[in-house]
Amino acid sequence: MRVDQRLIAEMIAPRARVLDVGSGDGTLIDYLYRTRSCDARGIEIDMQNVTQSVAHGLPVMHGDADHDLADYPDDTFDYVVLQRTLQAVERPREVLRQMLRIGRHAIVSFPNFGHWRLRLQLLTTGRMPMTPVWNTPWYSTPNIHPCTIQDFLLLCEEEGYVVQQWLAIDEDGARAPWRRSIRLANLFGEQAMFLLKRAGH
Amino acid sequence: MDISASPTIADGPVYTHRTVRLDSGLDLECGVHLAPLEIAYCTYGTLSPKRDNAIVVCHALTGDQYLAEKNPLTGKPGWWSRMVGPGLPIDTDRYFVICSNVLGGCMGTTGPRSICAETGKAWDSEFPPITMHDIVAAQAKLVDHLGIERLFAVIGGSMGGMQALTWAADFPDRVFAVMPIATSPFHSAQNIAFNEVSRQAIFADPDWHNGHYRDFGAIPARGLGVARMMAHITYLSEEALSRKFGRRVRHDAATAVPASSSPSLFGEMFEVESYLRHQGSTFVRRFDANSYLTITRAMDYFDLAAEHDGDLANPFRNSQTRFCVVSFSSDWLFPTSQSRLLVRALNRAGANVSFVEIESDRGHDAFLLDEPDFDRTIRGFINGAAEHAALLEGNR
Repeated sequence: MRVDQRLIAEMIAPRARVLDVGSGDGTLIDYLYRTRSCDARGIEIDMQNVTQSVAHGLPVMHGDADHDLADYPDDTFDYVVLQRTLQAVERPREVLRQMLRIGRHAIVSFPNFGHWRLRLQLLTTGRMPMTPVWNTPWYSTPNIHPCTIQDFLLLCEEEGYVVQQWLAIDEDGARAPWRRSIRLANLFGEQAMFLLKRAGH
Repeated sequence: MDISASPTIADGPVYTHRTVRLDSGLDLECGVHLAPLEIAYCTYGTLSPKRDNAIVVCHALTGDQYLAEKNPLTGKPGWWSRMVGPGLPIDTDRYFVICSNVLGGCMGTTGPRSICAETGKAWDSEFPPITMHDIVAAQAKLVDHLGIERLFAVIGGSMGGMQALTWAADFPDRVFAVMPIATSPFHSAQNIAFNEVSRQAIFADPDWHNGHYRDFGAIPARGLGVARMMAHITYLSEEALSRKFGRRVRHDAATAVPASSSPSLFGEMFEVESYLRHQGSTFVRRFDANSYLTITRAMDYFDLAAEHDGDLANPFRNSQTRFCVVSFSSDWLFPTSQSRLLVRALNRAGANVSFVEIESDRGHDAFLLDEPDFDRTIRGFINGAAEHAALLEGNR
């Protein structure tokens, strides 16, 4: 399991109801089920991954974040997880709204477009940055809605979401030491992870 | 109530099916009380001491209870013998598998060929109209009779999937897991249309005799054969037909045209024509026309949402059942879009649902054929559900 997935798992209480949006090969939900007795389910867009997950006995359905969250009733889950996908969905704001409607908490991770290497590349070369995290050219990237950590925090404020926990993490998913300063995290964190809840809950 | 081996009235040799006769009968949705109720069935594997490992497999329109053993009528292997057996995806070393002939059928379960208690004559076309709920209620009586309170799983493809969904809707506390395959929560206008053409073909046969053909020692073989030929096309896909037959013409003595002759309208026969005729002619030897009409009508009536205030989520609200919905990409009879509709409703109901579309070019029939991804899906879902069932048991 990736290190950032382990960090996500640590945020989730035992026996919780969890929906992993973009569950991939099902690693996280399998882990949550086996080690935390969670009722963990998945939605995945890649059919090969779906088949593989179901063949491993995991409750995964074919679907995607933009279209398949609206069906669930309010508060169906304790946690709704979106890993490294927010920047690739059609309507990130709506996806977040749905996540925090159907779940009491949302756990969101995304690559940080404010990282210094990206800033420097754009400044010095005048071209779209290419890094190990942002590694597809502009014309074929699925990442149609990149944002920075600061951008994301602003959106949370506008939408009235409470940030219960946040982490900056490096490319491999390990926790980065920029815990106290958002400004530094936005400059040095390659990825970010947020635990959110609705205000007034 | 007793288990007896009763002969089926058939238009040919008499076959003996394993049958249970329930004198208490069954109240049908149409108001008729059907008694006695006979259910022909097969079982595989062993029921566990806790009676918690039973799986009901529901057959499709023209299927029967001979799931995983030689069919005594056709001499062919059971219709899902590649799926059900020791070590197979539905593993009879672990599970006790039950398959019964549907109500209205012609393989030993009460249907149009059965004797009506009031008249002392066969029902034939007077057999009361039945619904998917009646079919499943009859199965539930068999499950009661076998002393099983709660099924571990109900699995079915096509019309079998309609039954699986009906089990989940009508007996939510009696099924732990349900697998509706290549099916739909309602019969579409297109599918009703196909059924109607099938029925009209039967009605148009001079041997139909208003459904009392057996009194005349006849069967509407041409009509039923045409019905089957047309239906069979809907079970395949254009790609499958092209690959299997293309535009090839049969060259055998019976149909060969002498080289010297001029082209004639029906001098030659395309392979696909010959194949369909074969499908039609073998079908009429094993299936009763009145059963065909009765069961296709039950499919047409099927619409779970309409029965629940127009919301398909309603029958599944608060359901603890685990669902695994499977569709096939080239199935145009029960297309993926209809499965997705079902999945959406299950999500609205908050149910635990897995959903896989299997990539296949073999059309609706793919669920009966060798599709490795499908096998893995069935095996994985069943074993995953079994793991959960055991855990729940442990938590009690």
